[in-house]
Amino acid sequence: MFKKIMVPVDLAHLDALEKPLTVAADLARHYEATLCYVGVTTSQPSAVARTPEDYEQKLKAFAMGHAPDNGHEPTACVYNSHDPVTDLDDIILKAIKDVGADLVVMGTHLPKHLDALIPANGSKVAAHTAASVFLVRPDMPA
Amino acid sequence: MDNKSDKSSEDPIESVGVPAPEGAANLIDTDYHIGQDNYQLSPLGVNIDIHGAVFAVSSLLILAFVVLTLALPEQSTAAFDAMKNWINSHMTWFFLLAGNIFVLLCLFLIVSPLGRIRIGGAKATPDFSRLSWFSMLFAAGMGIGLMFYGVSEPLTHYGTALGGTSMGEGGARSDWAPLGAAVDDPAGAARLAMASTIFHWGLHPWAIYATVALSLSIFAYNKGLPLTVRSIFYPLLGERIWGWPGHAIDILAVFATLFGLATSLGVGAQQAASGLEYLFGIGGGNTTLVLLIAGITAVAVVSIVAGVDKGVKRLSEINMVLAFLLLMFVVFVGPTLLIATGFFKNIAGYLTELPFLANPFGRDDANFSQGWTTFYWAWWISWSPFVGMFIARVSRGRSVREFLISVLLIPSTVSVFWMTAFGTTAIKQLQEGFEGAASADLSLQLFMVLGELPLTEITSFIGIVLVIVFFVTSSDSGSLVIDTITAGGKIDAPKPQRVFWGVIEGAIAIALLLGGGLAALQAVAVSAGLPFTMVLLVGCYAIVKGLMSEPRPGTG
Repeated sequence: MFKKIMVPVDLAHLDALEKPLTVAADLARHYEATLCYVGVTTSQPSAVARTPEDYEQKLKAFAMGHAPDNGHEPTACVYNSHDPVTDLDDIILKAIKDVGADLVVMGTHLPKHLDALIPANGSKVAAHTAASVFLVRPDMPA
Repeated sequence: MDNKSDKSSEDPIESVGVPAPEGAANLIDTDYHIGQDNYQLSPLGVNIDIHGAVFAVSSLLILAFVVLTLALPEQSTAAFDAMKNWINSHMTWFFLLAGNIFVLLCLFLIVSPLGRIRIGGAKATPDFSRLSWFSMLFAAGMGIGLMFYGVSEPLTHYGTALGGTSMGEGGARSDWAPLGAAVDDPAGAARLAMASTIFHWGLHPWAIYATVALSLSIFAYNKGLPLTVRSIFYPLLGERIWGWPGHAIDILAVFATLFGLATSLGVGAQQAASGLEYLFGIGGGNTTLVLLIAGITAVAVVSIVAGVDKGVKRLSEINMVLAFLLLMFVVFVGPTLLIATGFFKNIAGYLTELPFLANPFGRDDANFSQGWTTFYWAWWISWSPFVGMFIARVSRGRSVREFLISVLLIPSTVSVFWMTAFGTTAIKQLQEGFEGAASADLSLQLFMVLGELPLTEITSFIGIVLVIVFFVTSSDSGSLVIDTITAGGKIDAPKPQRVFWGVIEGAIAIALLLGGGLAALQAVAVSAGLPFTMVLLVGCYAIVKGLMSEPRPGTG
C-alpha cells in the first residue's frame, strides 16, 4: 500500500512527537515501508544543534534509534532554512517530492481560532500534495 | 576542533560522536544550551518561547519609558535633551576615536591573512545569492537615510561652508560649517560639502555595522554561540555572559533597536507625509501620520509573517531596483557630466579631508563635529545591533575578506555615488538660482529638487514608495532581530512573537508622535549609542581574538 513513509521531525520538541512517531513506525512495520525522517535546521546555532552538520548527525542518530526493524533501513533528510518558522510547509512539500514519499505522517495540534490567521502546517501540506497525509492529533482530553 | 567531541555525555544522541564534518571551525566549549533559560507557554492557544529576564526587563523598561514620556512630556524631553547635549559636547572625541578604530580594524582585516577565514567554517557555502545578500545589507543599513539626507545634507553643508566662520561668545565658533569653511568660494564650498557628507555616509558607518556583524557572525557560526549580542563578550566574560552581565547587554541591544526603529518610523512617516502633501495635496496632519505608521506597520507585519525569503528579501530587492532607477534618472536627467566627474573628484576630496574630518582632538568646528558627526556616529551605533545582527543572519558562508569588502567598500562606494548624484544636482540647482529646495524643510528638500527635473509626479511618487518600503524592511528586519534577542538567540521562536514586536514598534511611534515625545525618543536613541560604543570596542577585541583562534586556511 505504502512504500515510503515520511515523518517531519522537530528535534527541539520531541515530547510532542511521540504519538506520530509511534504511528509512523507501526505503519512502516505493517506495510513494510521505508521510513524517512525529515528535519529542518538553520545556519545559526539553535537549541538542538550548533551547526547544520551537527543537526544532520543528530537526526541520523535519531532515525536509527526510532525506526522499526523491518528490513528497510531508515533515511534522514535535513533541510536548511533561513527562516524555519515560515518556510516549514514549503520545505515539507519539497521533501515529499525529493524523498518520493507516498504517505506523510505528521503531528498536529487541535484546531483553534488562530488557525485562520496562521494555518496549521498539516492542513496546508495536505492541500498541496498528491501523497496521503495522516495528521496525528494529541490525545483527547478526557 | 577537538572541542567538539567532548560535549556533555549524558545526551545519548551526542554519543554517536562523528567528528565535525565542517572541519575548519573552532567551536567554543560551553555547557550552555540555547533556550535553556527560556519560558515556553501557550496562553490562549498562542505559543510563546521567550528568554524570561531579557524579555521581561526590556518590555517593562520600554513601557515605563513610554508612560513617563507621555505623562511628563516637558520634563522628560528636557531631561533627555540634556543627556544628549552632554554626550555631544563631552564625548565627541570618544565617538570619533572609536569610529576611526572600527574603520582601521576593518581595512586591516581585508588585507591581513585573517581575511581568508570563512564565516561558518571552511566548507560553508553562502545562504543567499550575492545580489539578494547585497540588497538586504543595503536596505537594512541606510536605505531610508539616503532618501532623507541625499539632498538635504549636501545642501546644508554647502550653505554653511559658503557662509564662512563666525565667532560666538567665549571664543567658540557659532557657525555650523565643517572644518575651516570656504567663504565666498562656491566650488570650494561644494567640494567641502560633498566631502563632509560622504564622510558621514561612507566608510565609518559601514565599518560600525561591519564590526557588529562580523563579531556576531564569528561567534555564532564559527564558535557555535547563540546569535545574540552577548555572545561577542565571550572572550572577555567567559561563561558569565549567560548570567546578568549578558542579560544587561542584550537588554541594552533591544532598547537601542526598538527606540531607533520607532524614531525612524516617526521621522520617516513625516517625510512620506511631506511628500504626499507636496504631490497630492493631502494634509500632513496627525491623522495622516498615524495612518501612515499604521499602514507601514501593517505591511511590515504581513512581511514578517511571510518570512525572510518571501518578505524582507523580496522587498529589499524591489527597493534596490526602484532606488537604482531613481538614481539613474537623476544621473541622466540631471547634470550628467558634472555627476560623472564629480564622483571621482568627491572621492578625492573625501580622502584628502578625511584625516581632518575624522580627527577626534582639538577641533574648532564644534557645531559641525558635535552636532553632525557625533550625532551620526551615535545614531549609527545605536542602530548597529539591529543592522549588525541582521547582516550577520544573512552572511554565513562568506569569507571575512569578502564580507568586509561587501559590507564596507561596496556600500561606501554606492553611498558616494548616490550622494554625488543627488547632492551635485541640488547644489547646481542652487547655484543656478533655485532657492526652493535650500529653504524648504529637510523632509521636503528631496521632492523640491525632483520637482525641478522632468516627470516630477513619477519620480516623487517613486521617492515616496521608496521611503515607505525602506521603512517596511527596517521594521520587518528589526522585529526579527528583537525577537531573536528576546528569545535568547533562538531564530525559530513562534511567529506571534515577531508580530508582537512589529506592532509594538508602530504603537510606540504613534504614541510618542502624538504625545510630542519624538524629540525625547531621538535623544534616547542617540544616548544609547554611548554605552553601545563600548560594546563595539569589545566587539573589535572579540573579532581579533575569535579570528586568531580559527584554523587558518592555506594560501589561495
